Amino acid sequence: MAGIDVRDLRIAFPLYHGNARSLKKRLGRAISGRLEHDARDRVVVRALNGLSFSLRPGERLGLIGRNGAGKTTLLRALAGIYEPVEGRVTVRGRVGALLDTNLGMIGDLTGRENIRLRCLFTGMAANALAQVERDVQEFAELGAFLDLPIRTYSSGMQVRLAFGLATATRPQILLMDEWFMAGDAAFMGRAKARLEGLVSGAEILVISTHQPEILATWCTRVLWMDQGHIRMDGPPDAVLPAYLGLEKAGT
Amino acid sequence: MADIDGTMAAEPALDLTPETGLRHLWRALADIADGCRMWRLGCTLGWLDIKLRYRGSILGPLWLTVSTAVMVAAIGSVYGALFHMELHHYLPFLSISLVLWGYVSGIAGDGCQVFTRAAGLIQAARIPFTVHAIRSVVRNALVLAHNLAVIIVVFAVFRLMPAHLLAEIPVLALWAIDSLALSLALGVLGTRFRDIPPIIGSLLQIAFFVTPIMWEPGLIFAGRQYMLLNPFYPLFEILRGPLMGEVPRLSIWIAAGGYSVVLWVVTLLLFSRLRSRLAYWV
Repeated sequence: MAGIDVRDLRIAFPLYHGNARSLKKRLGRAISGRLEHDARDRVVVRALNGLSFSLRPGERLGLIGRNGAGKTTLLRALAGIYEPVEGRVTVRGRVGALLDTNLGMIGDLTGRENIRLRCLFTGMAANALAQVERDVQEFAELGAFLDLPIRTYSSGMQVRLAFGLATATRPQILLMDEWFMAGDAAFMGRAKARLEGLVSGAEILVISTHQPEILATWCTRVLWMDQGHIRMDGPPDAVLPAYLGLEKAGT
Repeated sequence: MADIDGTMAAEPALDLTPETGLRHLWRALADIADGCRMWRLGCTLGWLDIKLRYRGSILGPLWLTVSTAVMVAAIGSVYGALFHMELHHYLPFLSISLVLWGYVSGIAGDGCQVFTRAAGLIQAARIPFTVHAIRSVVRNALVLAHNLAVIIVVFAVFRLMPAHLLAEIPVLALWAIDSLALSLALGVLGTRFRDIPPIIGSLLQIAFFVTPIMWEPGLIFAGRQYMLLNPFYPLFEILRGPLMGEVPRLSIWIAAGGYSVVLWVVTLLLFSRLRSRLAYWV
């Protein structure tokens, strides 16, 4: 069973601005005997501050909150990119992460070559490759562009390719940042159909977005994040009005 | 890699907590093992680096060979005259030395940036950090392979046959794993301390002059016993000596092995201590 369990997750970024990051300062401190102050001297930015929640199969979680609330950081922590500074993250199931627009794709390679590269990234067996290639080709509708370097693609085409690829590998848990909303209306319709297919197989979706209508239609649960805390956690029709009400009052 | 491998029968699980004690080391070893298991990705990325760098160029990667050949010819004629060397001995020696040094300085120079250059990949998905180090080793090994042509031509011109080719196989394996260790260690340091690349650059320059690369070890009389203090010397000797038909003495083999062990211990200490922080730093 796929599942996500987050307990007291804390993530903080050390800030090494200016020459604070250089050896000079380190050595200077060591010489003047102040090395022991180092841990306390360090400036850290708390991105996530004691988060706890669990997700069961079938749950579609939407993350909402202002810029800097920690949505992308949380997605990266769930993907295992940022390991916890404190707390624990347990993720059971194959994870597909749509966090970065380029997905490690190389602009000078053709779409087809990038599909192969992506399969290597996910450690996929060689015999699954042909099927993925067909599937992505069908979904992304790139036609002859599939054999051209992807830097010649429009941003919408790149998004279609990336979305098709990330969802072709049938992850049990799909983590998605909001960038993929760049597609046109027709694409959004098909993206939704494809996602519905993934989620209906008792999988988990975690999506971060600013668009309330996406949350209302796609999600079964909404996590309202504020400055690294969970402000509110519940079904969309409970959380969204509260969030939108506050946003309106704030502006 | 267990957590994203779509072909595994058992359900992969990712259980992340702050590391303590020996867990640092186990995680680091698991990263290296997972990275080696994904060797096809590392090799593809390294190969693409070379392929894309020379896309649109007429000679392509042959430029690597040409520039090395020009350097060997230029340095060979100048220093051969300066040191009154016989070219049929000096040029083969010099060609091997320069090609190997090109590889070493490539590994060390790229090593500082293996993780910072891959920042996009590191923040996009969880893959073993070792993959990025393998990519750098493969890229530099491909450059080395192109430069081998220079050595072969020099040997052919002077009608020499490289001796003891079989002895090179274990030595090459040692060089490969040492290159991986150096890339990981410098990569971790270069990610945390942005001063490391220029420091390594100047250290390499010093190493180039104190290591027998342009001059033969036989030329030195005073202070000969201190030469083994230079880690590059034994490692070069075990690869170059057999090709030149001279089997290095036992102390050189021991020193080469000893330095490799030290390198790996230092690498494992650094990598296990700092691996989980790399994504925060890139």
